[in-house]
Amino acid sequence: MAVTALPRDLDAVVGAPMSYWRTVAWRLGRDPATLVAAAVLALIALSALLAPWLAPYDPSAGSIRLRLAPVGAPAHVLGTDEQGRDMLTRLLWGGRMTLVAGLTPVLVAFVVGTALGVLAGYIGGLTNTLVMRTMDIFYAFPAVLLAIAISGALGPGLPNTLISLSIVFVPRVVRVAESATVQVKSLEYIAAARASGAGVRAIVRHHLLANVLGPILVFASTQVSLSIILAAGLSFLGLGVTPPAAEWGLMLNTLRQSIYVNALVPALPGLAIFITSMAFNLLSDGLRDAMEIRA
Amino acid sequence: MSTTPVLQVRELRKHFALRGGVLQRTHAWVRAVDGVSFDVYPRETLGIVGESGCGKSTLARLILRLIEPDAGTVRFDGEDVRGASADRMKRLRRDMQLVFQDPYASLNPRLTIEDAVAFSVLVHGTARGEARERARALLGRVGLDPRLYGRRYPHELSGGQRQRVNIARALVLDPKLLVLDEPVSALDKSVQAQVLNLLADLKAERALTYVFISHDLNVIEYVSDRVLVMYLGEVVETGTADALAQAPKHPYTQALFASAPSLDPEHRLERPPLSGDPPNPINPPSGCRFRTRCAFAMPRCATSAPALRAVGAAHDVACYLYEADAVMEAPAR
Repeated sequence: MAVTALPRDLDAVVGAPMSYWRTVAWRLGRDPATLVAAAVLALIALSALLAPWLAPYDPSAGSIRLRLAPVGAPAHVLGTDEQGRDMLTRLLWGGRMTLVAGLTPVLVAFVVGTALGVLAGYIGGLTNTLVMRTMDIFYAFPAVLLAIAISGALGPGLPNTLISLSIVFVPRVVRVAESATVQVKSLEYIAAARASGAGVRAIVRHHLLANVLGPILVFASTQVSLSIILAAGLSFLGLGVTPPAAEWGLMLNTLRQSIYVNALVPALPGLAIFITSMAFNLLSDGLRDAMEIRA
Repeated sequence: MSTTPVLQVRELRKHFALRGGVLQRTHAWVRAVDGVSFDVYPRETLGIVGESGCGKSTLARLILRLIEPDAGTVRFDGEDVRGASADRMKRLRRDMQLVFQDPYASLNPRLTIEDAVAFSVLVHGTARGEARERARALLGRVGLDPRLYGRRYPHELSGGQRQRVNIARALVLDPKLLVLDEPVSALDKSVQAQVLNLLADLKAERALTYVFISHDLNVIEYVSDRVLVMYLGEVVETGTADALAQAPKHPYTQALFASAPSLDPEHRLERPPLSGDPPNPINPPSGCRFRTRCAFAMPRCATSAPALRAVGAAHDVACYLYEADAVMEAPAR
């Protein structure tokens, strides 16, 4: 093999090959809609995180005299609620609850679902049947109904909301993970890895996971907006976060009757839910497009 | 030719169950490989040829124990592959490697080609740096400068280049036996020639033994010392490449050679020697499996299957046409 002198920094000549994830990041960075959605989400997340320092008032301290002040009222930019509590403060604090209640179940589902799905898909046989049919039992119920049923049985409170929503999302992720695994498992490079003497663990770690995590991640990201809406919905129904804590769904519920007095203030938490879940939807769309890289 | 075979396959059988219904009950069997026996001697190339669906790829995977056979034995260097423990199997895998047909599906899209080749070495407990080094050396040997290509991803390479990566991956463990499952079928003719020449060079250099599977008779004739002709999971004829090319005995082999496109205008084909698709291996014909497409089929072909019998030096055929001679000779004794 004639290896003649080549320029030392070949990558500078022929263009550096980019790894998959770097290519994805590069493509995301060139998608304006996704960038805007990401910026909006970053803003929401940051304001929720910094609520204790950003909020001008105590979220549970109200004043009867100042009930239902309109948007733009002096000292209360976004008005006050039915107990005279500052809306801006409660929206900031409520964002923490809603984001935690929306993101945690999807995160749990991503980890647990991927583990179960890859296991079922790779081992196949009886294990697959057991795991997948169990998941089907949960999958048979509509998401909202299942969440309400489990939360109703467990009782209200944030931890129970997280548990019930996780149960809703795990089977969905398992399904996607299992089908992706079964598809990749049959490809020849897995057989080649087996032929080279690699054990199950090495194959799953180096060959399987890298190729199934992408589609699972995209799917999980589409579920975040749904999870946020479900979490807010449970609170709205009194099955989630309990008063006096601030949470967007709960705020929507308690402000419900005030809609005839002052239409704009009760709409604010709904608007917050809408913007957040919309931004998550746009972000996951962008992620899906950026990850669809075919040679 | 050496006397002790590197690879000894005896009565190898694999039937795949077709399951259906709620209870996943078996309702039929696909007889992919049905009682195949052969030997492969050191430093030779055994070509295995047959139509698609005749069980060639299944056979390749059975030899390497990527799928478990139902019956029969595979011996590599005298060692029983089927009965090998997990530890022994891992050792054995270093000595017998497989090159796959599809240059696209056989490389992990998320690994650079250097890592793809190095992975095989890493699996056997070699340090990362040394594995890289060996991978780079071998990539260079198969004609892919590691400095140019080492950090490329498979989708950046052409089909021929990917197949070179596959060959490097198979060779990086220094195997004795290479099973090549249609290694050039997915490539252009000109690239095919390059890859075949590379394989020939590597074989001479490393004292390799090849089992070369293909449906392309021209390729098989070019690379093989001996040839095995398969039809519906069975061996119908085996002999040296020259013997088969000059005097094919089995009607199926004759038809195969007659249908291979010839570059000689004198050998123009007047009519297709073989018509129709091969029968379904789920319910193969009784007796001789080729009889449904055979021009010389006799009544006894439907009742019992002919066994392989010698018709010349190292030339065996499974056909009653040649048994007739034996019968006629018998009374003269």
